[in-house]
Amino acid sequence: MTYFGDPAIWLPWTFAALMGLSILIYVILDGFDLGVGLLMPLAEEREKDRLVASIGPFWDANETWLVLAIGLLLVAFPPAHGIILTSLYLPVFIMLVGLILRGVSFEFRAKAPLSQKKRWNAAFFIGSLMASMSQGFMLGMYVMGLTWTLSHVAFALLTAVFLTVGYSFIGAAWLIAKTEGALQTRAVGWAKGGIWGLILGIGAISVATPFVSPRIFDKWFSLPEFLYLSPMPILSGALVLYLFWRIHKLPQVGDKTAWSPFAAAMALFALAFAGMAYSFYPYVVPEQITIYDAAAAPESLFIILIGTLFVLPAILGYTALSYYIFRGKATELRYD
Amino acid sequence: MDTLLLSRIQFGANISFHILFPTITIALGWMLLFFKLRFSVTGERKWMDAYMFWVKIFALSFAMGVVSGITMSFQFGTNWPGFMETVGNVAGPLLAYEVITAFFLEAVFLGIMLFGASRVKPWVHTLATFLVAFGTTMSAFWIIVLNSWMHTPQGYELRDGVVFATDWWAIVFNPSMPYRLIHMLLASGLTVAFLIAGISALRLLWGDRAESVKTTLRVGIIAAAGLIPLQILAGDFHGLNTLEHQPAKVAAMEGNWDTGPNIPLVLFAIPDEEARENRFEIGIPNGASLILKHKVDGVVPGLNDFVAEDGTPLHPRVTPVFFSFRIMVATGMAMLALSWAGLYLLRRYGAGAMPDVPLYAFAAMSFSGWIATLAGWYTTEIGRQPWLVQGVLSTKDAVSDVPSGMVLSTLIGYLVIYAVLIVAYIGVITYLARKASRGEPLSSRVYPRSGEAEVAALHAGE
Ligand code: HDD
Ligand code: HEM
Ligand code: HEM
Repeated sequence: MTYFGDPAIWLPWTFAALMGLSILIYVILDGFDLGVGLLMPLAEEREKDRLVASIGPFWDANETWLVLAIGLLLVAFPPAHGIILTSLYLPVFIMLVGLILRGVSFEFRAKAPLSQKKRWNAAFFIGSLMASMSQGFMLGMYVMGLTWTLSHVAFALLTAVFLTVGYSFIGAAWLIAKTEGALQTRAVGWAKGGIWGLILGIGAISVATPFVSPRIFDKWFSLPEFLYLSPMPILSGALVLYLFWRIHKLPQVGDKTAWSPFAAAMALFALAFAGMAYSFYPYVVPEQITIYDAAAAPESLFIILIGTLFVLPAILGYTALSYYIFRGKATELRYD
Repeated sequence: MDTLLLSRIQFGANISFHILFPTITIALGWMLLFFKLRFSVTGERKWMDAYMFWVKIFALSFAMGVVSGITMSFQFGTNWPGFMETVGNVAGPLLAYEVITAFFLEAVFLGIMLFGASRVKPWVHTLATFLVAFGTTMSAFWIIVLNSWMHTPQGYELRDGVVFATDWWAIVFNPSMPYRLIHMLLASGLTVAFLIAGISALRLLWGDRAESVKTTLRVGIIAAAGLIPLQILAGDFHGLNTLEHQPAKVAAMEGNWDTGPNIPLVLFAIPDEEARENRFEIGIPNGASLILKHKVDGVVPGLNDFVAEDGTPLHPRVTPVFFSFRIMVATGMAMLALSWAGLYLLRRYGAGAMPDVPLYAFAAMSFSGWIATLAGWYTTEIGRQPWLVQGVLSTKDAVSDVPSGMVLSTLIGYLVIYAVLIVAYIGVITYLARKASRGEPLSSRVYPRSGEAEVAALHAGE
C-alpha cells in the first residue's frame, strides 16, 4: 500500500496529531467547566445557580472530547493504551468517580428535593476536585515516564495542585465573560488567585521535563534548536504579563474586554501543550514506545481517517453553532 | 479472588449499571419527539405537559448514561488490555465511529434540546430533539455491531495472533447483528413503555387528574402492547440464530445435557453441573425440539457435546445462563399479560377510570424492562464464556496484570457509588411524580404553536 508516500509514517503521525488536538480541546473546554465546579464553594448561595447555568449547555459535549482522545489512543496505539491506563489505574479510577459525581449532581441538584440541594452542591465540588487533581497527577506521572517512585509521585502531586488551580483560573476567566455585576467582580478576584497555579504549573513542567531524559534536554538546549524554540517561552511570558495587566483592569465599563482573559488563557494552554508535544515526540509512552511502534494496522487507521475527515468539520460546525446559540451572559437554565 | 474474576465482576458491574440508562434514553428520546410533534399538530396543552415532565427524567437518565459510559470507555485499557491488542484493528474503528458519529451529535444537541427552547425557532428545537434521539440510536447501533462481532466474528484474518480486518461490510453486518440490534431496540422501547405507564399509574393512584397523565398512561399501555409480541418474535428468531452460531450457549439456556430428538422444554429445574443433570425438572414434552427445530422430533444439541477429552467442560457455566434466560422470558410473558389486559381495560373504562388493581400492577412493573434487559445481557454474555471473542480470544488472555487488591478496592468503590446513585435516581423520579401530582406547574410559559406569534408570559420570580 502506498497512499501518498509511506502510510506507516504519516498515518501514525496524523493520528498522534489528532489525539493531541482532542486532548488540548478537552483540557481547555472541560478545564473551564471543571474550574467553575471548583469555584462553587467560593460563590454565595444565590450565585451558585448562575455558575452552573454558565456551563449547563456545554459540559456534556466538553467531556466527549475526553472520550474521543482516549478512543484515539485506543484505536491508533493499542499497546500504548494498555500500558498507560494500567500504570495509571488508580488515578484513572479517581478521575472517573469524580466525573460521575460531577455529572450526576449537575442534574440532581436541580431535581431532588430542595433540602438535598446543599449535598449535591458539595458533590459537584468534590467531583470537580477529584477529576482535576487526578488529571494533574496523571500529567505529572506521564512527564516522569509513568514509573511509580517516591520522587515521581511527589512531583505528580505538585502538578495535581497546579493543574487544579490552573483550571480554577480558566473557570474564573470563563465566568468573567459569562456573568455580570457583582458576580463578575468576584470572578475577577478568583482569577487573580488562580493565575498563580497556571504560572507555577507551566513553570514546574518546563523546568522538570528537560531533566527527565537527556534526549529531551538535547532537543531543547542544542543549537540551533534553542534559537528556533526561544519564541515559545518568550510568547508565554508575554501572555502572562498581558493577563496580569488585563485582570487588574477588569471589570471595565461596557464590559468591553470581558473575553480577553479567557482567550489569553486558551493561548497559554495551547503553547504549553505544544511545548510538551515537541519534547515527547516521537514517543507515546515516554522513552519506551514510539507512535510508529505502537500504531495499529494502516488499513484500520485509514478507515477511521476517512470518516474523521468528513465528520470532524461537522462536529466543529455544530459545536460552534451551540456556543453561538448560547452566546451572551448566562441566563437561568429552563427546559421551556 | 484473582484479578481475572474480579475484573470480570467489575466489567459486569459497570456495564450493567451503564446499560440501565441507555435503555431508557434511546426510546425516551423518540417518545419526547412524539410528544413534541403531537403538540405542534394538535396544539393541545397536555402533550406539552407530558413533554415537560418526561424531559426531566430524560435529562437525568442521560447524565447517568454519559458518566457511566465514560467509565466504560476506560475499562478496556485499565482491565482488558489484551482485548485491544488482539482485536483492536476491528474494535477500534467501530468504537471510533461511535464517538464521531453518535456521541458528539447527542452531546451537542442535547444542550440545545434541553435549554435552547426559548433561544431558537420551534422547528430548530424539534430538529435538535430528533438529532438527540437519532444519535442515541446510532450509538446503540455501533456498540451492538461490535458486541455482535464478538459473538459471531467474520471478515477478518489472523496474522501472528492479531486480528486484521479484511472485509468491513462482513464485520458490520455480521450474522447476529440484525437480531441483536432489533432485540435491543425493542427492549428499550418496552422499558420506556412500562416506565411511562407505571409512573402515570402511580400519579393516577396519588389522585392526579391531569389530562396529560391519562394520555401518557394510554400511550404507555398501547406502546407496550404493540411492542411485546414483536419482541417475543424477535427473541425467537434471535435464539434460532444463536443455535446456528453458538450451540453451546443454547444448550445452556435450555438446560439440555444430551443431544437428541424429542427434547422437552424445561420450564424449571436446578442444573447440577457436578452430576451433569437437572434436578426437580418440570418440562413440556417435545417443547424444545418444537421451538428450535419446529418439529417434535427435531435434534437439539446438548451440553455433553461440548466437553474436552479429559472431561473439562468447553461450554459456559449452566446455572447463570439457564436462570437469567428464564427471568427474561418470564418478564416478557408478564409484560404480555399485563399490557394486553391493560389494553382491554382502556377500552372498557378509559384511562381516567381505570380500577386500582391494574394501576398497582403497572406501577409495580415500572422498572420491569430493566430486569429483562439485564437478564438478557447476562444470558448473552455469560453464554459466550470461556470466549471473549468467540473462537478468537479467550477472556483470561485479555485480562490486565493489575494487582487483584487494586481491582477489588476499585470494584468496591464503584459498587458503593452505583448503589447510592440508583437509590437517588429512583427517589428523584418518584419525587418528581409526586410533585407533579400535587399540581405544581410544570412550566410557566404559554407555548406558541408553529406559525403563531410567540407570547412569552414569564411569571415573576421564575
Ligand atoms: C444499546 C445501547 C448501548 C450499549 C450496549 C452501550 N452503550 Fe454506551 N451509550 C449509549 C448506548 C449504549 C447511549 C444511549 O448512546 C448513551 C447513553 C446516554 C448517552 O449520552 O448516550 C451512551 C453513552 C456512552 C458514553 C458517553 C458518551 C457521551 O459523552 O455522550 C460512552 C463513552 C459509552 N456510552 C461507551 C460505551 C461502551 C464502551 C460500551 C460497551 C462496552 C457501551 N457504551 C454500551
Ligand atoms: C464493546 C462491547 C463489549 C465488550 C468489549 C465486552 C466485553 C466483555 C468482557 C471483557 C467481559 C468480561 C468477561 C466475562 O466475565 O464475561 C464481559 C462480560 C459481560 N458483558 Fe460484555 N462486552 C461488551 C458489550 C456488552 C454490552 C453492550 C453489555 C450490555 C449490558 C454487556 C454485558 C456484559 C455482562 C453483563 C458481563 C458479565 C458476564 C459475567 O459475569 O461473566 N457487554 N463483556
Ligand atoms: C419473551 C420472549 C423472549 C425471548 C424468546 C427472548 C430471546 C432471547 C435470546 C435467545 C437471547 C440471547 C441471544 C444470544 O444468544 O446472544 C436474548 C437476549 C436478550 N434479550 Fe431477550 N427474549 C425475550 C424477551 C425479552 C424482553 C421482554 C426483553 C427486554 C425488555 C429482552 C431483552 C434482551 C436483551 C437486552 C438481550 C441481550 C442482547 C441480545 O443478545 O439481543 N428479551 N433474548
